[in-house]
Parts: sequence; C-alpha cells; structure tokens
Amino acid sequence: MITIQGKGVSTGVAVGPLYFYRRADLTIRRTEVADKEAEWARFKAAQAKAIEQLGELAEKARAEAGDEAAMLFETHQMMAEDLDYEEAIENGIKGEGINAEAVVSETGEQFAAMFSAMDDAYMQARSADVKDVSGRIVSILLGAVQGGIDSPVPVVLAADDLAPSETVQLDKSKILGFVTSYGSGSSHTAILARTMGIPAIIGVGDQVKPEYEGREVIVDGGTGEVVVDPDDATRQALLAKREQLLKRQALLEQLKGKPNVTKDGQTVRVYCNIGNPEDVHTVLENDGGGVGLFRSEFLYLECDDYPTEDYQFEAYKKVLSDMGDKEVVIRTLDIGADKQIDYFNLPKEENPAMGNRALRICLNRPEIFRTQLRALYRASAYGHLCIMFPMVTSVWEVKEAKKMCEQVKKELTAEGIPFAEDVQLGIMIETPAAAVMSDRLAKEVDFFSCGTNDLTQYTLACDRQNNDLGRFFNPHHPSVLRLLKMVADNAHKNGIWVGICGELGADLELTETFLSIGIDELSVSPRAVLPLRQKIRETDVRQCREKLVNDLLSDQTQI
Amino acid sequence: MKSFSYTITDPVGIHARPAGLLVKAVKEFAGSTITIAKGDKSVNALKLMGLMQMGIKQGDAVTVSVEGGDEDAVCAAMEAFFKANL
Repeated sequence: MITIQGKGVSTGVAVGPLYFYRRADLTIRRTEVADKEAEWARFKAAQAKAIEQLGELAEKARAEAGDEAAMLFETHQMMAEDLDYEEAIENGIKGEGINAEAVVSETGEQFAAMFSAMDDAYMQARSADVKDVSGRIVSILLGAVQGGIDSPVPVVLAADDLAPSETVQLDKSKILGFVTSYGSGSSHTAILARTMGIPAIIGVGDQVKPEYEGREVIVDGGTGEVVVDPDDATRQALLAKREQLLKRQALLEQLKGKPNVTKDGQTVRVYCNIGNPEDVHTVLENDGGGVGLFRSEFLYLECDDYPTEDYQFEAYKKVLSDMGDKEVVIRTLDIGADKQIDYFNLPKEENPAMGNRALRICLNRPEIFRTQLRALYRASAYGHLCIMFPMVTSVWEVKEAKKMCEQVKKELTAEGIPFAEDVQLGIMIETPAAAVMSDRLAKEVDFFSCGTNDLTQYTLACDRQNNDLGRFFNPHHPSVLRLLKMVADNAHKNGIWVGICGELGADLELTETFLSIGIDELSVSPRAVLPLRQKIRETDVRQCREKLVNDLLSDQTQI
Repeated sequence: MKSFSYTITDPVGIHARPAGLLVKAVKEFAGSTITIAKGDKSVNALKLMGLMQMGIKQGDAVTVSVEGGDEDAVCAAMEAFFKANL
C-alpha cells in the first residue's frame, strides 16, 4: 500500500483503476513544402475545423456551466482567426515555404511569448490560451484524435494538469475522480470536478508514478489522500466514508430547495457561519439561505499591518456579490480574548476574555473602526448587507457605534460613493448584560444574534477553553436557555428578528426548544444546514411548545 | 477621418472578453478602418491579440479613429459602444 498526500479540491471518495490521460503524439517535423498554395489551403481547412470545434465546445460549455465558460472558447475562436496571427502563418507558409504544422506551432509560441512578457498577470495567463488554440490546429493538421480515455471501465484519471479544452472533451461517464501533478483550486480540473461532484486531488507532483497505471487506487478529495493498492482495513474505512458521503449527497438532493418549515407551518431561516470569502461556495453547495455570521477577523489575521479600506472593500464585495440577493451578516472586528494580532499592540491582560476586545477596541480606536465601516458601506452597494457589532454590554456602546455609521454614510454621500440605504444594524447577544438589557437594546437595532459560545461561558463562569470543568460546563443549562427566551421575547415585542449564531444553533437536541421560543434564524456551519433542515421539517412545534417552555421556566427542572 | 477620445472606465480594462466584444462590433463596419491608439502605439481594432497586447487598463485614455465608409455614423456607433462596454 502506498499513500500519497496531495491537496483535495473537490470532496468525495472514489475507488477504481488508475489511468493516465492520453495525449496524442504531437511530434512536429519541420520540412519545406513544394506546393505552397496547397499547404496554405491545408492550413485554412484546419483553421476552419478548429473554429467549428471551438464553436461546439462553446455551446457545450454554455449548457454545462453558463455564458462565462462559453466566452472562453469564443475568445479562442477569435484568436484562431486573428489577423496578425493568420498573417504570421501566411508568411511562414507562402513566404518561406515551411509546412503548416511547424509554422502554426512556432507562431503560437511567438504570440504566447508576447503575452508572457506583459506586466499584467491576467494577460500573462493568456499565453496558455494561444498555445491551446495553436495545439488544436496542429492536432487537426496531424490528423490526431483529441486525446482522452481509452478504457472500457470508469477510471481515476491522472494527468500533469488538464487544459480547458481537454476537460470539456473528456468522456465524463468514464471518470471517477481526478489526480493531477500540478494545478490549483481554481484550475479547470478542480472546477469540473466540483461541478460533477466527484473527488479531485491536485499537487501530487511526481509521486503518482507511471507504473501505477491500472492498479487500484482510492482517492479522498476531503483529505487529499491518494492510496495505491490499499490494504483491506484502509479500503473498508474509505468505502464506509464513501457510503456516508453518498448518503449525505442523497439527503442534499432530497432537501435542496426545500423550505425550513415545521410540520405545523412555522418557518425558520437557516444561514451559515463563515470566516473567509472562499467559504461562500460551501454555503451555496449546502443550500444555506444566507450568511448569518461572516467573521471579518481573517482580514486582519492574514495581514502584517492594518488592512486598508480598499483591501477590505474587495473582500466584502466579493462575498456580497457571490451571495447575490441573499442576506449577509458581517460581524465587525472581533479580536482580543483568544484571537491576538501583533500589530494591534494590545497590552497583555490577566483575563483577556473579559478584557479589551471586539467592539471595545473599535470604540477606543475609532480610526480602525471607521476604515472597516467605510469598506462595509461601500460594499453594501453590491448585495444585501447587515452589519453586526460583537461584545455589547450597554446601550451607549450601540449608540456610539451607530453614530459612527451615520458619520461614515455622510462622508460617502459627500464623496458621491454609492451605498445601500437599507443596511440593517444588529448586535451579538453574548454577555449576560446584553441579554438582561435586551428590552432596551432592541429599541436601538434591527436584529439580535445570540453568540451562545460566549454567552454560555460568561453566564456559567466557565472558561470554554478549560477542558477540566467537566460537569460544571453545561451548554444546555437552563440559565442560558432562559436568557435566550428572554432575548427572543424582547426582540419580538419590539418587532425585530432574533437569531443564534453560536454552536448551539446546530445542536439538534435543542432545535425544538429554539422553535418553541420563536428563534427566527439559526446560523450554523455550512455542513450542518441540511441535517438541521431535516430536523426542522420533522418537528411539530404545536406538540412540544407548551411542555418545553414550561420545563424551561419550571422550578422542578433538574439542574 | 473622424475620431474621438475616451477614458476607459471598465475596471478590468480591455481584457480578453471586452476585446472580443470590440472585435465583434468592429466587424459590423466592413467599409471603415477603425484604429485604437494609446500614447504612441496604435492597432487596427479588428486584431484581437494586438488589442489585448496594448494592455489598456482602467483610466487609460485612448483615441478611436474611423477612416472610410460613413465616418460620422460609424464614429457615433463606436462611441456608443465604448460608453456601454468599456
């Protein structure tokens, strides 16, 4: 058994024989031709054929992946009939009397080199397109069949990396998974694999050797593992995982697009918690209804200095536009406590969980806060934004934060920069103070989102990072649940919505309780969306509400 | 010859996709020669790769000239195209 570690870019487990992608033999010999006109006609015919093939590929891509994907091949079509390109080829064939294969290949290299020399990364990458187009014309000239899979059974396909035109032409029914030596998470192979819902592993370098061809492999796109000649225990473990994933997939298919509605008709919004703009695709894959908590800290953690307004704007804009018209709740900077950043130069504290963190830092250092708020409001023009402030204990903090938002909006208006007028402002309820004062706080904001991790730790006076507290740390403690009920009641009395974005939101033992106290939104990790939807759809709130609420408030409950 | 100046507002500049759209648009006016100039470089707007290699970015000022055919009408059509797409 040989285990190879790569990078998984599309999840799933597949088992089958390993097969190396066959490229046609494109050895080009440079010769002089006797009949220049005939050779030119041969080129024109090959060029026309290439344009026809590219047109078919564009239509195929349009059907499989939309207009944007089709545009790639349409651009290739235009390159194939580009005037300068054609003129250079004409000179080679008619002027110098060289054979078409050699001229096309050399011209392709020349044009590719011109793009490579440009000082723009996007344009440099276009050199691959020119080579791809030239390669297509050359293979037509050589009479080669486009490379592919010549196997009677489905295979795990290995390749160095696949060009866009190669991935589109693959016989998809023959592929169980991909393993490539190079490539990136956004390469065409990765995108195709995700669209097909099959595993893909990239970056294995030369670890997958040609002599493995035909041997049994198991690939796990989740962990990035490729196992050649697996032993029985490994095969069984991975096949069990495969079963589980397939069950999940079936659940997804069955629940996708279905509303989060209980048997008696109560609906609740199920959103996702994310920490990075790249996580958006997992939200959409799992059919999340929106983003209930986007932690903006990553922007600060991945930089060596304060991230600029433009840098932040681009990140927020990406998430908002990728999510379309779905709601996205972005939480303003929440550092301090267990998340420390060097350049903030925060003094060391005895008890950071109760120290200078989150909104407290923002209010004490308004220049940092202002930059973030400006970036957020600018991005609001590109989607459906809600802004949420963390770690609130008093009404004055919220008033001060809102005042800064007003100021930023005024600045943007004066500068003529567009922003959305309907951005909702909300707060995290994660301190007992905020829960107890929620009747007053509800008058200041558009929504509440309960951060149950901190709310539990502060209410029970149990450090959540201390593993020795055992039975004293009980996230189902009635004190926490009573606070949540109080917060929900105060929110509804004041006509605002209330959500839960802590880990408790995904705790299926509490779903009935949350529905009974009228929580409007549950924000959970993307993978928890569908199991939660299933639970909601099986629940009948009429049958459990009274009992659960009574239990919550009862003096008889065991605690 | 008729011409007009235009400052590119598209954030990606004349990348592959906009260049492709431009070439398609220019092909409609077979009777005119349309040239795009930036600084001392210029290119026939029918040439996709030449256009891309101009490396025209957002904020760059370009001059578009039309020669031959119904210059007034073609010039107006090109100006409308630039405003709508670039």
